[in-house]
Amino acid sequence: MTEYGSWVYAVAREVDAHLLDGLTGVAGETVRSVAGKGLSAVVGTVPLAEFGEQALRRNLEDLDWLAGVARAHDAVVAAVALTVPAVPFRLTTVYYDDDRVAELLRTDASRFTETLDRIAGRTEWGVRALLDRDRLREPQPAAPATGSAGAGAAYLRRRRTERDTGARIEQFAREQADTLHAALAAHAVDARRNRPHAPALADPNRPMILNGAYLVAERDAAAFAETVHELDRRTEEVELRLTGPWPAYSFATTGGEP
Amino acid sequence: MTAPVPAPDRHIALVDLLDRVLASGVVISGELRLSIADVDLVHVSLHALLTSVSTLERTTLERPR
Repeated sequence: MTEYGSWVYAVAREVDAHLLDGLTGVAGETVRSVAGKGLSAVVGTVPLAEFGEQALRRNLEDLDWLAGVARAHDAVVAAVALTVPAVPFRLTTVYYDDDRVAELLRTDASRFTETLDRIAGRTEWGVRALLDRDRLREPQPAAPATGSAGAGAAYLRRRRTERDTGARIEQFAREQADTLHAALAAHAVDARRNRPHAPALADPNRPMILNGAYLVAERDAAAFAETVHELDRRTEEVELRLTGPWPAYSFATTGGEP
Repeated sequence: MTAPVPAPDRHIALVDLLDRVLASGVVISGELRLSIADVDLVHVSLHALLTSVSTLERTTLERPR
Protein backbone atom coordinates (compact mmCIF):
# COMPACT_ATOMS: atom_id res chain seq x y z
CA MET A 1 0.00 0.00 0.00
CA THR A 2 1.33 3.40 -0.92
CA GLU A 3 1.09 5.95 1.83
CA TYR A 4 0.71 9.65 1.22
CA GLY A 5 1.15 12.81 3.21
CA SER A 6 0.18 16.46 2.81
CA TRP A 7 3.15 18.68 2.05
CA VAL A 8 2.57 22.28 3.12
CA TYR A 9 3.86 25.18 1.01
CA ALA A 10 2.32 28.24 2.58
CA VAL A 11 -0.57 29.61 4.57
CA ALA A 12 -2.64 32.55 3.36
CA ARG A 13 -5.99 34.11 4.17
CA GLU A 14 -7.74 33.19 1.00
CA VAL A 15 -6.35 31.49 -2.04
CA ASP A 16 -8.13 31.75 -5.36
CA ALA A 17 -8.43 28.26 -6.88
CA HIS A 18 -7.44 29.73 -10.26
CA LEU A 19 -4.13 30.77 -8.78
CA LEU A 20 -3.31 27.14 -7.98
CA ASP A 21 -4.35 25.87 -11.42
CA GLY A 22 -1.32 24.75 -13.35
CA LEU A 23 1.04 24.89 -10.39
CA THR A 24 3.14 21.79 -9.90
CA GLY A 25 4.54 20.77 -6.55
CA VAL A 26 7.61 18.97 -5.27
CA ALA A 27 6.30 15.53 -6.31
CA GLY A 28 4.97 16.79 -9.64
CA GLU A 29 1.55 16.88 -8.00
CA THR A 30 -1.20 19.43 -8.42
CA VAL A 31 -1.57 21.73 -5.45
CA ARG A 32 -4.78 22.61 -3.64
CA SER A 33 -5.90 24.55 -0.62
CA VAL A 34 -7.11 23.30 2.73
CA ALA A 35 -9.37 25.70 4.65
CA GLY A 36 -9.65 26.26 8.37
CA LYS A 37 -10.60 29.19 10.56
CA GLY A 38 -10.56 31.76 7.76
CA LEU A 39 -7.17 30.60 6.56
CA SER A 40 -6.00 28.50 3.64
CA ALA A 41 -3.02 26.19 3.57
CA VAL A 42 -1.56 25.47 0.15
CA VAL A 43 -0.73 21.77 0.12
CA GLY A 44 0.11 18.91 -2.21
CA THR A 45 -0.19 15.15 -1.81
CA VAL A 46 3.22 13.50 -1.75
CA PRO A 47 4.16 9.82 -1.48
CA LEU A 48 5.82 9.01 1.82
CA ALA A 49 8.03 6.55 -0.01
CA GLU A 50 9.87 9.63 -1.28
CA PHE A 51 8.92 12.27 1.30
CA GLY A 52 8.54 10.28 4.50
CA GLU A 53 11.04 10.59 7.30
CA GLN A 54 13.27 7.67 6.29
CA ALA A 55 13.23 8.68 2.63
CA LEU A 56 14.00 12.29 3.50
CA ARG A 57 17.05 11.30 5.49
CA ARG A 58 18.38 9.68 2.35
CA ASN A 59 17.09 12.17 -0.20
CA LEU A 60 18.27 15.32 1.58
CA GLU A 61 21.79 14.04 1.00
CA ASP A 62 21.23 14.01 -2.74
CA LEU A 63 21.98 17.45 -4.12
CA ASP A 64 20.06 16.97 -7.36
CA TRP A 65 16.99 15.79 -5.47
CA LEU A 66 17.27 18.61 -2.95
CA ALA A 67 17.79 21.24 -5.65
CA GLY A 68 14.74 20.05 -7.60
CA VAL A 69 12.54 19.93 -4.51
CA ALA A 70 13.78 23.29 -3.24
CA ARG A 71 13.05 24.97 -6.59
CA ALA A 72 9.64 23.34 -6.91
CA HIS A 73 8.74 24.30 -3.35
CA ASP A 74 9.89 27.89 -3.83
CA ALA A 75 8.09 28.18 -7.16
CA VAL A 76 4.75 27.33 -5.52
CA VAL A 77 5.43 29.55 -2.50
CA ALA A 78 6.50 32.46 -4.74
CA ALA A 79 3.49 32.07 -7.04
CA VAL A 80 1.16 32.30 -4.05
CA ALA A 81 3.10 35.04 -2.24
CA LEU A 82 3.20 37.14 -5.39
CA THR A 83 -0.59 37.32 -5.39
CA VAL A 84 -1.66 37.29 -1.74
CA PRO A 85 0.14 37.70 1.58
CA ALA A 86 1.44 34.24 2.45
CA VAL A 87 3.45 32.65 5.25
CA PRO A 88 6.09 30.45 3.58
CA PHE A 89 6.82 27.04 5.09
CA ARG A 90 10.19 25.49 5.43
CA LEU A 91 11.01 22.50 3.23
CA THR A 92 9.73 19.11 4.41
CA THR A 93 6.67 20.10 6.39
CA VAL A 94 4.55 17.01 5.86
CA TYR A 95 1.34 16.09 7.69
CA TYR A 96 -0.43 12.73 7.63
CA ASP A 97 -3.50 14.15 5.94
CA ASP A 98 -5.50 17.30 5.26
CA ASP A 99 -7.40 16.97 8.54
CA ARG A 100 -4.16 17.46 10.43
CA VAL A 101 -3.40 20.52 8.29
CA ALA A 102 -6.83 21.96 9.04
CA GLU A 103 -6.19 21.32 12.72
CA LEU A 104 -2.93 23.22 12.47
CA LEU A 105 -4.80 26.18 10.96
CA ARG A 106 -7.28 26.11 13.83
CA THR A 107 -4.78 25.82 16.65
CA ASP A 108 -2.28 28.32 15.24
CA ALA A 109 -4.78 30.72 13.65
CA SER A 110 -3.84 33.76 15.70
CA ARG A 111 -0.15 33.23 15.07
CA PHE A 112 -0.70 32.93 11.30
CA THR A 113 -2.98 35.97 11.24
CA GLU A 114 -0.45 38.03 13.12
CA THR A 115 2.33 36.99 10.73
CA LEU A 116 0.15 37.64 7.68
CA ASP A 117 -0.57 41.16 8.92
CA ARG A 118 3.12 41.77 9.43
CA ILE A 119 4.22 40.62 5.97
CA ALA A 120 1.31 41.94 3.88
CA GLY A 121 2.51 44.24 1.09
CA ARG A 122 6.12 43.50 1.94
CA THR A 123 8.79 41.26 0.51
CA GLU A 124 12.06 39.93 1.76
CA TRP A 125 15.43 41.00 0.40
CA GLY A 126 18.67 39.25 1.19
CA VAL A 127 21.96 41.09 1.57
CA ARG A 128 25.21 39.22 1.85
CA ALA A 129 28.36 41.11 2.78
CA LEU A 130 31.69 39.63 1.77
CA LEU A 131 34.91 40.91 3.24
CA ASP A 132 37.48 41.56 0.53
CA ARG A 133 40.72 40.59 2.26
CA ASP A 134 42.82 41.83 -0.66
CA ARG A 135 41.59 45.34 -0.06
CA LEU A 136 42.35 45.37 3.64
CA ARG A 137 45.46 47.41 4.27
CA GLU A 138 48.23 45.18 5.55
CA PRO A 139 49.96 46.48 8.67
CA GLN A 140 53.47 47.85 8.25
CA PRO A 141 56.00 45.30 9.49
CA ALA A 142 57.63 46.47 12.71
CA ALA A 143 61.10 47.86 12.12
CA PRO A 144 63.70 45.31 13.24
CA ALA A 145 65.27 46.33 16.52
CA THR A 146 68.93 46.63 15.64
CA GLY A 147 71.55 45.02 17.74
CA SER A 148 69.21 43.69 20.38
CA ALA A 149 67.48 40.33 20.59
CA GLY A 150 68.21 37.61 18.07
CA ALA A 151 66.20 35.42 15.75
CA GLY A 152 64.05 33.97 18.54
CA ALA A 153 62.73 37.37 19.57
CA ALA A 154 62.13 38.33 15.93
CA TYR A 155 60.10 35.15 15.47
CA LEU A 156 57.98 35.86 18.53
CA ARG A 157 57.43 39.44 17.35
CA ARG A 158 56.33 38.22 13.94
CA ARG A 159 53.92 35.71 15.48
CA ARG A 160 52.49 38.42 17.69
CA THR A 161 51.97 40.73 14.70
CA GLU A 162 50.20 37.95 12.80
CA ARG A 163 47.95 37.25 15.74
CA ASP A 164 47.19 40.94 16.22
CA THR A 165 46.42 41.30 12.52
CA GLY A 166 43.99 38.38 12.67
CA ALA A 167 42.24 39.84 15.70
CA ARG A 168 42.14 43.27 14.07
CA ILE A 169 40.56 41.88 10.90
CA GLU A 170 38.01 39.98 12.95
CA GLN A 171 37.08 43.09 14.85
CA PHE A 172 36.90 45.14 11.67
CA ALA A 173 34.63 42.50 10.12
CA ARG A 174 32.37 42.49 13.16
CA GLU A 175 32.09 46.27 13.23
CA GLN A 176 31.44 46.47 9.50
CA ALA A 177 28.75 43.80 9.72
CA ASP A 178 27.05 45.59 12.63
CA THR A 179 27.20 48.97 10.89
CA LEU A 180 25.90 47.65 7.57
CA HIS A 181 23.11 45.68 9.20
CA ALA A 182 22.00 48.72 11.22
CA ALA A 183 22.05 50.92 8.12
CA LEU A 184 20.01 48.40 6.11
CA ALA A 185 17.60 47.70 8.98
CA ALA A 186 16.89 51.44 9.16
CA HIS A 187 15.44 51.17 5.64
CA ALA A 188 13.37 48.07 6.38
CA VAL A 189 10.24 47.27 8.37
CA ASP A 190 11.96 44.32 10.01
CA ALA A 191 15.41 42.75 9.82
CA ARG A 192 17.05 39.45 10.69
CA ARG A 193 20.61 38.29 10.76
CA ASN A 194 20.84 34.75 9.49
CA ARG A 195 23.93 32.68 10.03
CA PRO A 196 26.59 33.45 7.40
CA HIS A 197 27.29 30.58 5.01
CA ALA A 198 29.83 28.00 6.08
CA PRO A 199 33.43 28.96 5.19
CA ALA A 200 33.56 25.93 2.89
CA LEU A 201 31.07 27.70 0.63
CA ALA A 202 33.08 30.89 0.43
CA ASP A 203 36.24 31.99 -1.27
CA PRO A 204 38.78 32.03 1.63
CA ASN A 205 39.73 35.57 0.63
CA ARG A 206 36.14 36.71 0.72
CA PRO A 207 34.52 35.39 3.90
CA MET A 208 30.85 36.20 4.44
CA ILE A 209 30.52 38.57 7.36
CA LEU A 210 26.81 39.35 7.12
CA ASN A 211 23.84 37.32 5.90
CA GLY A 212 20.97 39.68 6.47
CA ALA A 213 17.29 39.46 5.61
CA TYR A 214 15.20 42.60 5.32
CA LEU A 215 11.46 42.94 5.14
CA VAL A 216 10.71 45.88 2.86
CA ALA A 217 7.43 47.43 1.74
CA GLU A 218 6.91 46.76 -1.97
CA ARG A 219 6.80 50.47 -2.77
CA ASP A 220 10.18 50.99 -1.02
CA ALA A 221 11.95 48.15 -2.83
CA ALA A 222 13.74 50.40 -5.33
CA ALA A 223 14.93 52.73 -2.56
CA PHE A 224 16.20 49.77 -0.57
CA ALA A 225 18.16 48.47 -3.56
CA GLU A 226 19.63 51.96 -3.99
CA THR A 227 20.68 51.97 -0.32
CA VAL A 228 22.47 48.65 -0.81
CA HIS A 229 24.18 50.01 -3.88
CA GLU A 230 25.25 53.16 -2.05
CA LEU A 231 26.64 51.25 0.95
CA ASP A 232 28.47 48.95 -1.44
CA ARG A 233 30.15 51.96 -3.06
CA ARG A 234 31.07 53.53 0.27
CA THR A 235 32.77 50.51 1.83
CA GLU A 236 35.55 49.37 -0.43
CA GLU A 237 36.72 46.47 1.76
CA VAL A 238 33.27 44.91 1.71
CA GLU A 239 31.25 43.71 -1.23
CA LEU A 240 27.46 43.63 -0.90
CA ARG A 241 25.23 41.26 -2.84
CA LEU A 242 21.51 41.75 -3.03
CA THR A 243 19.03 38.93 -3.70
CA GLY A 244 15.30 39.10 -3.95
CA PRO A 245 12.50 39.77 -3.83
CA TRP A 246 11.79 36.62 -1.81
CA PRO A 247 8.64 35.42 -0.14
CA ALA A 248 9.07 36.35 3.52
CA TYR A 249 10.87 33.12 4.47
CA SER A 250 12.95 34.75 7.19
CA PHE A 251 9.99 36.53 8.74
CA ALA A 252 7.59 33.61 9.01
CA THR A 253 8.27 32.96 12.66
CA THR A 254 6.61 34.98 15.38
CA GLY A 255 9.07 35.15 18.20
CA GLY A 256 10.21 32.32 20.43
CA GLU A 257 11.69 30.47 17.48
CA PRO A 258 15.38 30.48 16.64
CA MET B 1 27.01 44.05 -6.79
CA THR B 2 24.39 41.78 -8.27
CA ALA B 3 21.34 43.53 -9.61
CA PRO B 4 18.00 42.31 -8.30
CA VAL B 5 16.24 39.87 -10.59
CA PRO B 6 12.56 40.44 -11.29
CA ALA B 7 10.35 37.86 -9.60
CA PRO B 8 8.68 36.09 -12.54
CA ASP B 9 11.98 35.12 -14.12
CA ARG B 10 14.11 34.58 -11.08
CA HIS B 11 17.44 32.96 -11.66
CA ILE B 12 18.30 31.91 -8.15
CA ALA B 13 21.64 30.60 -6.99
CA LEU B 14 20.98 27.29 -5.29
CA VAL B 15 22.86 28.32 -2.19
CA ASP B 16 20.64 31.38 -1.70
CA LEU B 17 17.57 29.27 -2.21
CA LEU B 18 18.61 26.58 0.29
CA ASP B 19 19.57 29.29 2.72
CA ARG B 20 15.92 30.32 2.77
CA VAL B 21 13.88 27.18 2.29
CA LEU B 22 15.91 25.16 4.79
CA ALA B 23 17.09 27.66 7.34
CA SER B 24 14.03 29.89 7.53
CA GLY B 25 10.31 29.54 7.14
CA VAL B 26 7.82 28.72 9.77
CA VAL B 27 8.83 26.15 12.34
CA ILE B 28 5.86 24.09 13.35
CA SER B 29 5.85 21.68 16.23
CA GLY B 30 3.48 19.31 14.45
CA GLU B 31 3.30 15.59 14.83
CA LEU B 32 5.05 14.37 11.71
CA ARG B 33 7.78 16.91 11.89
CA LEU B 34 10.42 15.12 9.91
CA SER B 35 13.43 17.27 9.40
CA ILE B 36 11.61 20.50 10.02
CA ALA B 37 12.12 20.52 13.75
CA ASP B 38 14.85 17.94 13.50
CA VAL B 39 17.65 20.45 13.24
CA ASP B 40 20.34 17.82 13.33
CA LEU B 41 19.07 16.13 10.23
CA VAL B 42 19.21 19.35 8.25
CA HIS B 43 22.64 20.17 9.53
CA VAL B 44 24.02 16.77 8.65
CA SER B 45 22.64 17.02 5.17
CA LEU B 46 23.96 20.48 4.56
CA HIS B 47 27.35 19.46 5.80
CA ALA B 48 27.48 16.55 3.42
CA LEU B 49 26.35 18.82 0.58
CA LEU B 50 28.81 21.64 1.15
CA THR B 51 31.36 20.44 -1.36
CA SER B 52 28.93 19.85 -4.18
CA VAL B 53 27.03 23.08 -3.56
CA SER B 54 30.27 24.98 -3.44
CA THR B 55 31.38 23.53 -6.78
CA LEU B 56 28.02 24.36 -8.28
CA GLU B 57 28.13 27.88 -6.90
CA ARG B 58 31.53 28.54 -8.45
CA THR B 59 30.35 27.32 -11.84
CA THR B 60 27.40 29.65 -11.60
CA LEU B 61 29.58 32.61 -10.66
CA GLU B 62 31.96 32.02 -13.51
CA ARG B 63 29.14 32.20 -16.01
CA PRO B 64 28.31 35.74 -17.04
CA ARG B 65 24.72 36.52 -16.12
